[in-house]
Amino acid sequence: MKLFRPANKEPLWKDEFSIHRADEQYVSRRQFTKFLVLTSLGMFVGNAWILARSWFRKTPVYPQKIICSTKDVPVGGVWLFRYPTQKDAGILIRPDEETYVAYSQKCTHLSCAVYYARERNRLECPCHEGYFSVKSGDVLQGPPPRPLPRIVLERRGDELVAVGMEIRKGT
Amino acid sequence: MEPQNRTTHRHGLTAIDGALALIAILLIIQMWLLTATLDSYLAGHSEVVLPAAIVSGVLFLACAGLHLFVRRIDADARENH
Repeated sequence: MKLFRPANKEPLWKDEFSIHRADEQYVSRRQFTKFLVLTSLGMFVGNAWILARSWFRKTPVYPQKIICSTKDVPVGGVWLFRYPTQKDAGILIRPDEETYVAYSQKCTHLSCAVYYARERNRLECPCHEGYFSVKSGDVLQGPPPRPLPRIVLERRGDELVAVGMEIRKGT
Repeated sequence: MEPQNRTTHRHGLTAIDGALALIAILLIIQMWLLTATLDSYLAGHSEVVLPAAIVSGVLFLACAGLHLFVRRIDADARENH
C-alpha cells in the first residue's frame, strides 16, 4: 500500500538537514506532526491507565473497630477517630440524643479536613467552602464532586462500633 | 525550483497544514476526553472508562494515520526535486 511505504530512502540526517531550502518547511511541519502524534499517544496511554486501574481495583475490606462510648460524645458534640486505617481521619457527630453519624473527615474536593459547624448543623470544609449535610453526607454547596464517605456504625450497648464504609457516587 | 515543482510544493504544504489542523483538533478532543474520564472515574462512575479508552484509541489511530499521510506527502515532495 502506497501510504505505508517508507517515507524516504535517504538517510535521516539528509532528511533533517536538507540542501533544498524549501524542504525546511516540510521538516518543521513533519516534526511538529510527530510531536502531536506522540502527545496523542500519551493521552491514549492515560485513558488506558485509568481503565487498568478500574479493572484491577480491589474491593476494600473494612475491619470492625470500637470508636468510643456513647457517653463520650455529648449532644451536639463530635468525636474524632481513625478508620479504617490510622491514616484515615473520621468524624463522629451526635446531632441529637439518639442519633450518631460518622463520616470520613476528608473533603471529597481536595481532601481538606471537614469540621462540624454546630450552629448551622452542617459539615464545612474551610478550604473552598464546601458544605455537607450532617444527616446524609450529601453536598449542600461548593465544589466537592460527591458526598462524604459514610462510616457505618453499630451500637453495642454503650459502645459505638464502626463496621464498614459507604462510598457513594457523585451526581 | 521549477515553477511546476513550486506549485507541487505549495500544494503539499497546504495538504500538510490541513492534516496538522485535523490532528490538533483530534488532540484537543483527546485531552478533554482524558480529563472528563478521570473526573468521572474519581466520582465513582467507572462505567464510562472502557468506552472512553476505546474512543481515545480510535482518535490516536486517526492521528497516526494523518501522520503517515504527512510523511507520504513529504516524501513525494522530495522526490519531485
